[in-house]
Amino acid sequence: MPNVLAVSNLRKLYGDMAAVDSISFVVERNEIVGLLGPNGAGKTTTINMILSVLEPTSGTIHIEGLDLARYRRKALARTNFAAVYAPLPGNLTVYQNLRIFGMIYGVKRLKERIERMIEMFDLRALRDTKCGVLSSGEQTRVCLAKAMINQPTLLLLDEPTASLDPATARDIRNQLRAIAAHGVGGVLWTSHNMYEVQDVCDRVLFLSHGKILLQGNPKTLPGEYGKENLEELFISIAHEKLTLENGAPL
Amino acid sequence: MTFSPAAAIFLRQFYLVRGSIARFLPLFIWVTVDMALWGFMSRYLNQIASARYNFVPGLLGAVLLWDFFIRVMQGVTMAFLEDVWSRNFLNIFATPLSISDYLAGLILSSIATSSIGLVVMLILSTTVFGLSFFVYGILLLPFILVLFLFGIALGIVGSTIVLRYGPAGEWFVWPIPALVSPFAGVFYPLSMLPAWMRGVSRLLPPSYVFESIRTILAGGKVPVGTLGLAVALAVLYVVLACLAFTWTYRLAVRTGLIARYSAESV
Repeated sequence: MPNVLAVSNLRKLYGDMAAVDSISFVVERNEIVGLLGPNGAGKTTTINMILSVLEPTSGTIHIEGLDLARYRRKALARTNFAAVYAPLPGNLTVYQNLRIFGMIYGVKRLKERIERMIEMFDLRALRDTKCGVLSSGEQTRVCLAKAMINQPTLLLLDEPTASLDPATARDIRNQLRAIAAHGVGGVLWTSHNMYEVQDVCDRVLFLSHGKILLQGNPKTLPGEYGKENLEELFISIAHEKLTLENGAPL
Repeated sequence: MTFSPAAAIFLRQFYLVRGSIARFLPLFIWVTVDMALWGFMSRYLNQIASARYNFVPGLLGAVLLWDFFIRVMQGVTMAFLEDVWSRNFLNIFATPLSISDYLAGLILSSIATSSIGLVVMLILSTTVFGLSFFVYGILLLPFILVLFLFGIALGIVGSTIVLRYGPAGEWFVWPIPALVSPFAGVFYPLSMLPAWMRGVSRLLPPSYVFESIRTILAGGKVPVGTLGLAVALAVLYVVLACLAFTWTYRLAVRTGLIARYSAESV
């Protein structure tokens, strides 16, 4: 079976500036991959290209073996996302939003699926509430319900727990981990919460200035580079103390 | 194109109109005001002008059809602008929805909203002001078709402008009907216009409709070719508008505008 996501030599230039500079990586089945890096590193640009809302300058993206450039519709039917910067329309209720996006994704037995999502993300009491009046944590749960409505094989999560309280964030993390473990898909997860990343991700990619500087297991990677934890490693990379991809710390 | 995604865009518009009095009332308030204004104006003109010309079908009928055209255009742009106002571009365009699905959804929304306005106008103009569409005969159907198609075309052009220039681009969209109206000859014959304006009018399908209305009321016959040309022009503009939208969408995807507009407000 093909990888859930295979990105090869992906590049995005704005004039002479490379926002993403020839990166390659895969997300395998039942795997949660963390895409980490400081602000402006190219994480969101990468996610936007995978979502087909930004055209790469060069390189390829395959979702379940489908070339996104050629089979956009089929590839995106297997994908979904939730991002803090893309809330659902606030003038529609939770149910209405889920129904509309379910129809767009061509979800079979949509009513049942919506009820399942409402149950899964504890939205029963908010079902007929307009999304715009929900708290940021509740909005995040609705976005996650939308992101799961089509049972995506590739789930892209851009800081999914950023506005959740610690207890809800932990519940959501557990849910997403269970989904990744028992489903057939994989997750690409960005977060600035290194403890969360260490807890959830099977593998992390560190991005800086559009390049992948290093990748590995978030639990062992800090030790390999002489750092105490992932946060220290992140700060080192943000300050560009590391320049090697696979070598020893400088 | 598949039905379900286009129906989702239509359903979204239905939910919004149903749930908001601010969206529901304008569907018929403005056309009601227009019918009252031009209905009384037509009556007054009938009183003071020669009895040979009836202003009710000539003026009120023309205003009704022009209002219908504006409602069709705004039906498309309003449905599109809902995505702009709710910063929904990223959610919408990161789905399997194709551009043809999306445009079909906007057009379905426009058919529904403009039909409400049309029905209200027909009821008012016939019951209160005695406008009879039998005067136009079977030609009423091609008249409505031409104005509908041209309204769709300009609605898609308006959406294209916003897609290209961002949320603030909507200020270019609202004046479009006002810019077109002097050339369309809604209120006066095209012979009143200088030659260069008549040249522009010949490129605008509505001008053929309003000239035909005056021809019918003057007892003349409308050549089939005239309306055929109007329909052909309107179809051509719909095709060109769809191509322009698709081209602009691709440009927006290439340059990152789609992602940027999601974060940008008016």
